[in-house]
Amino acid sequence: MDGVGRGITPSVTAVLKIAREHVDAMIAHAREDHPDEACGVIVGPEGSDVPTRLIRMTNAERSPTFFRFEPQEQFALYKEMSTTGEEIVVVYHSHTATEAYPSRTDISLASEPQAHYLIVSTAESDVSGGSVSVRSFRIVDSAVTEEEIDVTE
Amino acid sequence: MSVEVRIPTILRTFTGGEKAVRGDGATLQEVLDDIDGRNPGLKDRIVESEALRRFVNVYVNDEDVRFTGGLNAPTSDGDVVVVLPAVAGG
Repeated sequence: MDGVGRGITPSVTAVLKIAREHVDAMIAHAREDHPDEACGVIVGPEGSDVPTRLIRMTNAERSPTFFRFEPQEQFALYKEMSTTGEEIVVVYHSHTATEAYPSRTDISLASEPQAHYLIVSTAESDVSGGSVSVRSFRIVDSAVTEEEIDVTE
Repeated sequence: MSVEVRIPTILRTFTGGEKAVRGDGATLQEVLDDIDGRNPGLKDRIVESEALRRFVNVYVNDEDVRFTGGLNAPTSDGDVVVVLPAVAGG
């Protein structure tokens, strides 16, 4: 059986279309929290695959090697999205000492099959500047597929 | 049947795509046992070694059950259980 299952229709695309302001906001968040991992979401209308609203989440672990959305914040987000008809379109987090590729932990804990998993690496930079890399993946049933990022102005 | 259990996307493979299922029970444990009978395998994705899995958050009427008894958290008619896998990684 495939990882998506019957009755569920995620929008599978090979490209993540995302606004420049959202990319910039994720990079800024990653820089601010460096060397701890930053995390958050971009939500959008259910089924649209369009990320419209970025929400920073607190990394409850406050760790350079791990992240977990603060549970009460995640639940509040869940309730809000139930009301607004939104869903998580992008889950983002940073890697602060390694490349922007899903770690084994990222893969084993990936629980949003409809989402684009975006990783910002600040391994080559610090809070004041330096280069960052940004890559996007689908993670379904432990299978990682990288996708292009199409940044819209 | 009295308690509504909201199922996250990733576990809807166990419910034929249904976003919510209903079950009976006076505790979360009993409700999960009840719905597992009709959705085999679902409970194993929520419970491990007689406890909630570390990366699964469960709420009964907006209360995180980790603070209200875990699997022994009481449930009754009309309650809403939300199962929410933690968004986490490394």
